[in-house]
Amino acid sequence: MADPLLSLKGVSKRFGGLTVTDTLSLDLCQGEIHALIGPNGAGKTTLINLISGTLSPDEGRVLFAGTDVTRWSLQRRARAGLARSFQITSVLERFTARDNVALAAQARAGSSFRFVRPVAREAALNRAAEAELAAVGLGSRAGTQAASLSHGEKRQLELAMVLATAPRLLVLDEPLAGAGPEETARLVGLLRTLRGRFGILLVEHDMDAVFALADRISVLVNGRLVVTGDAATVRAHPEVRSAYLGDDALA
Amino acid sequence: MTSTLLLVQLLNGLQFGVLLFLVSAGLTLVFGVMDFINLAHGVQYMLGAYLAASLGTVFGSFWIGLALALPLSLAIGLALEWLVFRHLYDRDHLSQVLATFGVILTLDEATRAIWGSAPLNVPQPAGLSGGIMLTPALGYPAWRLAIIGAGLVVAPLLWWLVERTRAGMLVRAGSTHRAIVSALGVDIGRLFTLVFAIGAMLAGFAGALAGPVYAVAPGMGDTVLILAFVVIVIGGVGSIRGAVIASLLVGLVDTLGRALLPDLLRLVLAPAAARQTGAALASMLVYVAMAAFLCLRPAGLFPVRRA
Amino acid sequence: MTRALRTQALPLLVLAALAAAPFVGFGDGFALTLLARGMILGMAAIGLALLVGGAGLASLGHAATVGIGAYAVAWLDLAGIDGAGIVVPVAIGAAALFAGVTGAVSLRTSGVHFIMITLAFGQMAFFTASSLSFLGGDDGYTLYGRTTVFGAGLLQNRLAFHFVCLGLLALVWLICSMVLDSRFGRVLQAARDNPLRVRALGFSPYPYRLIACTLAGGIGGLAGVLLANATEFVSPATLAWTRSGELLFMVILGGASRLYGGLLGALAFVLLEEWLSGLLTYWRLLFGPLLILAVLFLRGGLAGLGRRDG
Repeated sequence: MADPLLSLKGVSKRFGGLTVTDTLSLDLCQGEIHALIGPNGAGKTTLINLISGTLSPDEGRVLFAGTDVTRWSLQRRARAGLARSFQITSVLERFTARDNVALAAQARAGSSFRFVRPVAREAALNRAAEAELAAVGLGSRAGTQAASLSHGEKRQLELAMVLATAPRLLVLDEPLAGAGPEETARLVGLLRTLRGRFGILLVEHDMDAVFALADRISVLVNGRLVVTGDAATVRAHPEVRSAYLGDDALA
Repeated sequence: MTSTLLLVQLLNGLQFGVLLFLVSAGLTLVFGVMDFINLAHGVQYMLGAYLAASLGTVFGSFWIGLALALPLSLAIGLALEWLVFRHLYDRDHLSQVLATFGVILTLDEATRAIWGSAPLNVPQPAGLSGGIMLTPALGYPAWRLAIIGAGLVVAPLLWWLVERTRAGMLVRAGSTHRAIVSALGVDIGRLFTLVFAIGAMLAGFAGALAGPVYAVAPGMGDTVLILAFVVIVIGGVGSIRGAVIASLLVGLVDTLGRALLPDLLRLVLAPAAARQTGAALASMLVYVAMAAFLCLRPAGLFPVRRA
Repeated sequence: MTRALRTQALPLLVLAALAAAPFVGFGDGFALTLLARGMILGMAAIGLALLVGGAGLASLGHAATVGIGAYAVAWLDLAGIDGAGIVVPVAIGAAALFAGVTGAVSLRTSGVHFIMITLAFGQMAFFTASSLSFLGGDDGYTLYGRTTVFGAGLLQNRLAFHFVCLGLLALVWLICSMVLDSRFGRVLQAARDNPLRVRALGFSPYPYRLIACTLAGGIGGLAGVLLANATEFVSPATLAWTRSGELLFMVILGGASRLYGGLLGALAFVLLEEWLSGLLTYWRLLFGPLLILAVLFLRGGLAGLGRRDG
C-alpha cells in the first residue's frame, strides 16, 4: 500500500465518562472507496467529526496526506482538500442550486475578500457550478432555489458542492439516507464514477450499496474497529455477524 | 471617618444589590425557563414603585400602598403575559426584544400621562423613617436596612421554591423537557404563566421598596432592567443562586465605584469633572464585567445544567 | 437587467420621491428637517440592515456608532476644526474602529448573547459620552457651526443639506448593495444561513462578519456627522440603548431581507412619530402598541408587503 491519504493513529474521544471513539487507527488510500459500517451508536458520526475537524480528539493523531492536521479547524482541513457531507442534508436553502455550488467553487478560486464585482456574473464560477450540477444529474435544476428541491435532489446538490471544492478526500456521512430507490440507484452510479478520482470514506447504512461500492470495509462497534477488509472478509467475520448483523439483522 | 463612610457605602451597595436581585430573579427564571427575553420586565419595577407611592398617598399609609401594589403588579404581569408575551414564545429573540421594547415605550408613556414627568417623592414609611445607630457615631437609614432584610427573606424562599418544591421541579424540568412534562399531564402554559406572574410581582415589590430611597420617575425601570441583564449574564441564566451573588456584586461595584472613583479622579481632575467622569466610569465598570463574562464565560458563574 | 430594475424599483422610487419632495410642497423648513432626519436614520438603518439581514447579526448597540460620529464632529468643533475633509474621515474612522474592536469581541458570541454584548458595549459608549465633561457631559454640546465643505458653509443651506443627505444615502445604499452582491457578500449571507456548511467548504465566517460590523459602524459614523449637523447639537441621548432599539425596529419594520427595508422603516418611523405626536401629547401610547402589532403581524416588514414569494 502506498502512502495513505488519511491516517488515524490511536484516536480517542470521550464525552464525559463515555468513550465514543476508542484508540482507533485506520488508513485510507488514494483512490479507494472505504466504507465504514456499524450499528447505531457505534460512533460513526463522531469519527467523521474527528476526521473532518468538527471535533478534536482527546488522544491520538489525524494525518492527512502525511501532514498532522489533528489541531486544524474544520475550515482549514476543508481548504487542504478534506471535504465532507452531512448526515442531515446541509445546503443553503435560500440560495439557488447554482449559487450553492458556485459558493463551493469560490472557495477554491482565489480570494473571497472581493467587494465590488457582482459575483452572480462571474462566468468562471457559474460554469464550474453548472458543470458539477450536470455531473450529479442536477443540470436542469440550476436555477431552482435549494429549498424547493426534493430530498434526493438536495443530496445530489450537496455532493456537487463537495465536488466543487476540488477535494482530495470525500467524507460522506450517509449520502443515501432518506433517498428513494430511484434516487439511490442514481447516487450509487454517481459514487461509482468517483472511484479512483478521490479517496472516499463512506458511512452508509444501505448494505447493498456498501457491498457494491466499497473496495474495503471497516466495521465499527462501540467505538472500536472490529475488522477491516474486503466484502467477503467482513461478511465472514464472526464478531461482525454477532455484533452487527445480529443487532440489525435486516441490513 | 473614612472607614465609617466606607461602611455606609457598603450597606448602600448591598441594599441596591437586593433590589437588583428582586428584579433579576423573575428575569432570570423567565429567560432561563422559557427562553424568553423580556425587556419590559423593568416596567414592572417602575409600576410597582408608582402604585405603592400613589396608593400610599391615597390611603395615608405607605404600608397599605405596598400591600396593594403586590397583587396589582401580579395582575399587570398576568395581563401583559396574556396580551403580548405568550404570542412571542415561539418567535426568535429579535422579535421578543422588539415587541417588549414596544411594551416599554407604551407603559413609560402611560406613566407620564398618569403621573406626569416630574419625579414623585415618597416619604419614609411610618415606623421605619428614622435612622438606626450602627455605631455610636454612625446612623444608617432604617428603611434601607429593611430592604436588605427583605432580600435576606426572599432569596432563600425563592431558592427553596425553585430547587426544593414540586412546582419548582416542574418548572426546571419544563424548560428542558417541555414535551415530557406535558405528557405527564402538567399544563406547561399555566406553569410558565405562574413563573411570569411571580417574577412580575417580585419586580413590583422591588419598585415599591425603592420608592422611598430613589426618585420615582418614568423610565426608572430601564436602567434597572439593563443592570438586571448584567446580573443574569454574570450569574448564569436561570440560576437563582447566581442571581443572588451577581446582584450583590453588581450592586456593590456600581455603588462603591460611584462613591470612590470621583475621589480618586479628583487627584488628577477638577472636582466637577471628576464627579461626572467618576460616575460614568463606575457605570461602565459593570458593563465591562458583563462583556468579559459573555466573552470568556458565557454560561455565567453558576451555569444551569441542561440535560 | 429588467429583473434588476424590477427588484430595485421600490427603493429607486423612494429616492426619487425624496429628490422631488422639496419642489412639490415639502420645501419648508419643517418638512426638510423631518425628511433630513428620516434620511439620516435611514442611512444608519441601511448599515444595520447589512448586519441584521445580510450577516444575521442583531446588534443592540448600533446607536453608539451614530453617536461616536456625532461626538467626533463636536470634539473637532471644540478644537476649531470644521472642514468636512477632516471631520468626515475622522468620524467614520472612529465609529468604524469602535465597531471593529467591539465586533472582534462580540463575534465570539452568538444569538441572544450577541444582542446582549452589543448592548453592553453600547452602554459603555453611552457612559463614556456622559463622562466627557469638556463636551458638556450629560447636558450635551451645542456646535459653533455646521461642518464646512472646502471652506464653504454649504450645509447651512437647508436645500443643499437635503441633497447632501440624499446623495450620501444613495451612495451608502449602492455600496451596501454592491457588497452584498459581491463574492464577500455571498459568503457573508451563506454564513448567516448555515455557518457549519460554510466552514465545511473552507471559509471561516469570522473575518467576513468582522468586516461587515466595521462597515456598518463606518456608515453609522457618517450618519452621526449628518445628525450633528442637522441638529447642531450633540448629547449622550444619541447613544442611548433605546435609540439602538429604535434603529433595530426600523430595520425589522422595513423588512430585514432587503437593505432598503432600513430606509423604508426609518421614513415610516419618522413620519409616524410626527403624525402621532401631532395627534396626541402622549403619542407613544399609540406608537408602542403599533410597534408590538408590527412585530406580531408584519413578518416580512414593509418591503415584504404585496410580495407573494416573501
